[in-house]
Amino acid sequence: MRELTFMQATLEGLAEEMARDPAIFVLGEGIGKRGGNFNTTAGLYELYGERRLRDTPIAERGFVGLACGAAMTGSRPVVDFMFSDFLLDAFAELVNQIAKMQYMSSGRLKMPILLRGCIGIGHSAATHHSGSYYPLYGHVPGLRVVVPSTPADAKGLLKRALNSFDPVVFLEHRELLTTKGKVPDGEHQVEFGRASIVREGKDVTVVAIAITVRHSLAACEELAQEGLSVEVIDPRTVAPLDVETILASVRKTGRLLIADETLAPFGLGAEIAAQVADLGFDDLDAPIRRLNGSHVPTPYSPPLEAAVIPNSKSIAQAIRELAAE
Amino acid sequence: MLDRNFYRQLYRIRRVEEELVRLYPTDQITSPIHLSIGQEAVSVGVCEALRPSDVVFGTYRSHAYYLAKGGDLRGMIAELYGKATGVAQGKAGSMHLADPDHGVMGASAVVASTIPQAVGYALAMKMRREDRVVVVFFGDGATEEGVFYESLNFAALRSLPILFICENNSYAIHSPLSSRQASPDICRKAEAMGLLAERLETLDIYELYARTCRRVTELRAGRTAPVLIECLCYRWKEHVGPGEDFAAGYRSAGECRAWQQADVLVTVGSRLNAAVRQEIEQSVEEEIREAFAFAQCSPFPAGNELYTDLYA
Ligand SMILES: Cc1ncc(C[n+]2csc(CCOP(=O)(O)OP(=O)(O)O)c2C)c(N)n1
Ligand SMILES: [Mg+2]
Repeated sequence: MRELTFMQATLEGLAEEMARDPAIFVLGEGIGKRGGNFNTTAGLYELYGERRLRDTPIAERGFVGLACGAAMTGSRPVVDFMFSDFLLDAFAELVNQIAKMQYMSSGRLKMPILLRGCIGIGHSAATHHSGSYYPLYGHVPGLRVVVPSTPADAKGLLKRALNSFDPVVFLEHRELLTTKGKVPDGEHQVEFGRASIVREGKDVTVVAIAITVRHSLAACEELAQEGLSVEVIDPRTVAPLDVETILASVRKTGRLLIADETLAPFGLGAEIAAQVADLGFDDLDAPIRRLNGSHVPTPYSPPLEAAVIPNSKSIAQAIRELAAE
Repeated sequence: MLDRNFYRQLYRIRRVEEELVRLYPTDQITSPIHLSIGQEAVSVGVCEALRPSDVVFGTYRSHAYYLAKGGDLRGMIAELYGKATGVAQGKAGSMHLADPDHGVMGASAVVASTIPQAVGYALAMKMRREDRVVVVFFGDGATEEGVFYESLNFAALRSLPILFICENNSYAIHSPLSSRQASPDICRKAEAMGLLAERLETLDIYELYARTCRRVTELRAGRTAPVLIECLCYRWKEHVGPGEDFAAGYRSAGECRAWQQADVLVTVGSRLNAAVRQEIEQSVEEEIREAFAFAQCSPFPAGNELYTDLYA
């Protein structure tokens, strides 16, 4: 095990896979010599040159459609958006073409495309550089949606994506990029659809994702001193979603909170709540609760920005209230 | 009079941005800032030829055209401070600056996204037979987005009263134009879409102003196809942030120096006598001091402001 940052871990994963599979190439703005806006490809240009690190013009719809065509040949495009907000400019290519291609070609045209970019609020960049639209992507049949919270998971899931044959939307929380964590030595992949039990507990289950996993863990420390034992589950992939692990936890605790920075309506929490209500109704001792970012475009002003997102305090409070219900 | 106006505007924009550079390390302004230092003359030369009732659209590199068009300075600085007295009550920051009361329509952090909006504005104006014109500022990189061509086609098809100003500073972040476009002749592309297009090879504010005056008069009278003017210019600072980036390796300080030696601010200033220059500078400095003081002592927006303006 070594300590790596989230950014280093995904870079290591990408480098390993590019060394293994010559079909992988990267598309994006500034991913060549520059090494990516967030160092997502740092050092790879020196190894693989222009042939496999393709700087693109600023033409998102164009290069996502292009990735679709390239994938039909068996190539494995990695599309690097720096900010995943710009994927919205290519939404139709992703949703209407890439996601549906395998199904509409009776499985003959595979779409092994990895689309990656930053998400997340917390750096004063306002509303065009902070969107986290994974519920939108999770809605679409044919897509895999990955939202890791630790360096080890980020690496393992990225490598898994590059070994699968489905289109994967891989979303990296900007505030996590420089956080550190232990990453296993040697080959390390993480299966899609396997939630991680980040902390065990018996009173309340908290499902958290990306940055809220960290906030939830901090909240747990505080609550442990108050005698509350909280289980924290990180689904790691939004699609496929591991409901089994969540249900098993709720069977134990009887109480479920979903803490998620992104928007509540039609979101991750709504989906989990619906499935748990369906399949685990009898295990519930209290209503399922959600804690989400405010339903507004991200405001710039630092105090407003801070007010929008759940933090360890608000999560702790929500857990306390749920435990008391 | 023209010299004085140019100097006042150029000096004001330069000094506002220099103040941002000076104060940025204090973290009172946390918004990413994309500075126009070195490129101000494009905004000033164009906006000086407009009427207050004309409107401009632009990009995240917003400060120069915002100020040149008459956007409120106090409201801008307060916005960058994230204060309730900002033009967007602190919700926008630098990348979404807008002051519609003064004809500065929305800015956007998404490359090329305001180009179709500008065309739509021009279409609706034309439908109402107004004699206003629309100007849209964008970078060389924006001409790679599909929506640029869609917008040009539409504007030409409907002969809309719109002036496209491409601020070609040769780079999109660190990528030179030649690495992004097989045929980097932006004017030819505009012509192919049915526009009139012309290129200004040097950053000559007088020439840009004269050409804009002529084009705007014709557009107002409905006598011409839409027009694109490509202005070659140069960004002195890093793509985003207050610093320099010559160490990043994608361009040289020498390349920049050539542009700095032809600083339009200095050229225009040298046409004024020292007393006039000083008078302008003093009044601008006073205005800037006042605007920053206003911003600093303004309150942050209250928590209950979070949901205001989400819906009409
Ligand atoms: C749709 C979209 N893609 C990518 C980006 C990231 N980005 C921000 S600025 C920029 C460069 C734009 O260059 P140019 O249009 O020449 O304007 P300049 O910054 O040089 O003024 C890029 C690629 C973005 N903001 N929006
Ligand atoms: Mg440019």
